[in-house]
Amino acid sequence: MKTDKMKQLAISENGFIFDPETGYSYNVNETGHAIFKLLQKGMDKEAIAEQVIAEFDISKDHFDNDYEHFIQMLEALDLVEED
Amino acid sequence: MKKVYTAPNIERNSAGSINKFAHKSVVSHQDNIEGIPVRVLTESYGSPLFVFSETVMRKRYRKLVDTIKMHYPNSEVSWSYKTNYLSALCNIYHQEGARAEVVSGMEYEMARRNGIDGKEIIFNGPGKRRHELVRAIQDGARVHIDHMDELYLIEKISEELDIIANVAIRVNMDTGIYPLWTRFGFNYENGEAFRAIQRLLLGRRMKLVGLHTHIGTFILDANAYYWAAQKLLTLAERVETDFSIVVDYIDLGGGFASQNTLHSQYTPGEFSSPSYDQYAVAIGNAFNESAFVRAHNPRLILETGRVLIDEAGYLISTVIAKKNMPTGERAVILDAGVNTNITAWWYKQKITPTRAFPGTYQNTIFYGPLCMNIDIIRPAVPFPDLHQGDMVIVSPVGAYNVTQWMQFIEYRPAVALISETGKVDVIREKEDLTDVCHREYLPEHLKRL
Repeated sequence: MKTDKMKQLAISENGFIFDPETGYSYNVNETGHAIFKLLQKGMDKEAIAEQVIAEFDISKDHFDNDYEHFIQMLEALDLVEED
Repeated sequence: MKKVYTAPNIERNSAGSINKFAHKSVVSHQDNIEGIPVRVLTESYGSPLFVFSETVMRKRYRKLVDTIKMHYPNSEVSWSYKTNYLSALCNIYHQEGARAEVVSGMEYEMARRNGIDGKEIIFNGPGKRRHELVRAIQDGARVHIDHMDELYLIEKISEELDIIANVAIRVNMDTGIYPLWTRFGFNYENGEAFRAIQRLLLGRRMKLVGLHTHIGTFILDANAYYWAAQKLLTLAERVETDFSIVVDYIDLGGGFASQNTLHSQYTPGEFSSPSYDQYAVAIGNAFNESAFVRAHNPRLILETGRVLIDEAGYLISTVIAKKNMPTGERAVILDAGVNTNITAWWYKQKITPTRAFPGTYQNTIFYGPLCMNIDIIRPAVPFPDLHQGDMVIVSPVGAYNVTQWMQFIEYRPAVALISETGKVDVIREKEDLTDVCHREYLPEHLKRL
């Protein structure tokens, strides 16, 4: 998965995201915000899961499922690209 | 302490997310039904669970009767058994003064079992068998004739029993709505209904006590009832003029819409379904304009079941699992599908979470547990992130589910009733394998594997 485009996006502390290239804006929830920031840093799935599980009250199995769905959303919005 | 988790979500901002009623949809939660915690109900009686409110049933019945009587005092409601024939629920309406309206021999026996005298039963339906008609005629029930073969049969039975049967003619008609229910009864516009009455009276074995119509189901145009009443009253007047016979009652059947929303409807049912007043005004206007009514003050009978009980029924269901669809939507698998909640095929039912959820909503599809692609309780609706074991309340589900539910790969759930005092009774237990298999017979040669 290529996350280059995410690095160009501006994200505020309360989850507002702006894409200066397209002019589109987005909102993420608290969990989405945490994952987004970690993806911007180029972290992989395992490292992200470890951080999220440490911060939020959630099991690994449950998170894995939601993470895949979140990535699908980002792909659908053209914010990440498949390898 | 760790933070509360919700599934990660992202939404692109766009104009137009405010709906036409000028507010965003908010999914508020409901953790109890009439003060009884949902968790307590499912811990006691299992999930899924139907829950009925006696208070709502009685209130809605009284309001309907009061409203109709304000516009036409000589009126009454017969409880439509097919809408929901659990004995406890039928008896609530019978206690309130409703008589019984049945559409099959099975329902007829149910009403008799509930202690309803045959004379208090209206026997409708196109499929009455000979032995059922014999029983009804002997009991003095009012039989509403659907077709000529039935008319001849009743004539014959009445002669054999030497009893004058009390009958009404069912009439179908154009009231300006679609679809026209022409398969039941005799047509008004082409004169078939009048000819049937003529033939009935010539036989001299039946007493024509009423005229009946049932124009359709979930009628969203209250004015259709004006035309239904007007046409039946015109027919009654003609019967009096031509045969000097005055019918006792005009039965306008059922079909009043509940607050549910059809899948084809854009506007929510709370806004688009006519009120009791609107139906009552339409019917009252036709009655008040009629010379036949001024002369004879016939009884007005309504058999409208859905509007009385739909809002009194809730279905509690538990999340078995959630999954992600390739379309990007969230899917939730509930433990109650269309086997239990068949009216999900007709309505966009309201689904309410039973606890508060933080975070944003995602488009969520609610599936049942069946291995059928059509087992959908609610197509995509913005909803908070549900977890395994969470519960939702599906409503309104009081009408037709507890009669049309299917015994397909799952046991039917328990049905509970919350009384006016808050006491909870199980009025139908959850089924088990015995209920499914006890009518089966295994031939001797198939017992050995």
